[in-house]
Amino acid sequence: MKARVFVMLKNGVLDPQGEAVRHALGTLGFDSVQGVRQGKVIELELDETDAALAEAQVGEMCEKLLANTVIESYRVEMI
Amino acid sequence: MHAAILVFPGSNCDRDLKVAFEAAGAAEGVKVSMIWHKDQELPDGVDIVAVPGGFSFGDYLRCGAIAANSPVSEALRKHVARGGYALGICNGFQVLTETGLLPGALRRNADQKFTCKTVALDVATQNSVFTSEYSVGQRINTPIANHDGNYFVDADTLAQLRAEDRIAFTYVDNPNGSVGDIAGVLSANRRVLGMMPHPERAADAALGGTDGVAMFRALSGLAAGVMATA
Repeated sequence: MKARVFVMLKNGVLDPQGEAVRHALGTLGFDSVQGVRQGKVIELELDETDAALAEAQVGEMCEKLLANTVIESYRVEMI
Repeated sequence: MHAAILVFPGSNCDRDLKVAFEAAGAAEGVKVSMIWHKDQELPDGVDIVAVPGGFSFGDYLRCGAIAANSPVSEALRKHVARGGYALGICNGFQVLTETGLLPGALRRNADQKFTCKTVALDVATQNSVFTSEYSVGQRINTPIANHDGNYFVDADTLAQLRAEDRIAFTYVDNPNGSVGDIAGVLSANRRVLGMMPHPERAADAALGGTDGVAMFRALSGLAAGVMATA
């Protein structure tokens, strides 16, 4: 079973890298871009076969290590 | 006084810290132990654990995140839980926030740049052993060298830090976007300090300044017997 974790800076936390990408896109002529937020995608391969258990485990991994919940939010997708 | 300096793969200010502790505490016979990250226990009688600057574990995942979950960090948590002192500098500050021993988090610098220069700080409180040899409002010069020094706490936590006089140092000219110009913060019991600037790199006149010496002088006075009451 595989899981995909999306980690993003929370809304309201300044994302300097996203801002830099937005500026670069503007320079390239993509004037319609109003905002860019940059995050991480982490893919996990798991032994667990029970999807609900696996998802709970990944949630715990996010809380303990994969995301810093002071500034980041996360979303887990089982695949 | 016995200081334990944690060493992670990628730490690069660990020996600078050792020299700063030993030079400032020569008269008191300060003892310094270097502790490898795989060690699960600290030596007996450690008064302060220092978490050095550098790039522990290559800053993989997030700065300080892997170090905060290494075996020695459990020993660090226990040390702090029993009232021990801890000092985290630069990457060490990031490690202390990742362990939850200090509030907040360090984000990418607002201007995206790795910033390496000497900056002026204002001492914001004298009420900690770390800052006891400074005076409030005293301006000191210390180097910063980081890419992720942009301190963040939410508005409620910022208000709490201010109300509890837990901001140790502020930047005179904020170099990285830190909330409230914060350069260093204290734990609720005032025995844990995290700061992005490097006092250990301002501890020798031949190496660019001595404004950091007062912190190591003050820490030299720590002794196991004093810990319970200080």
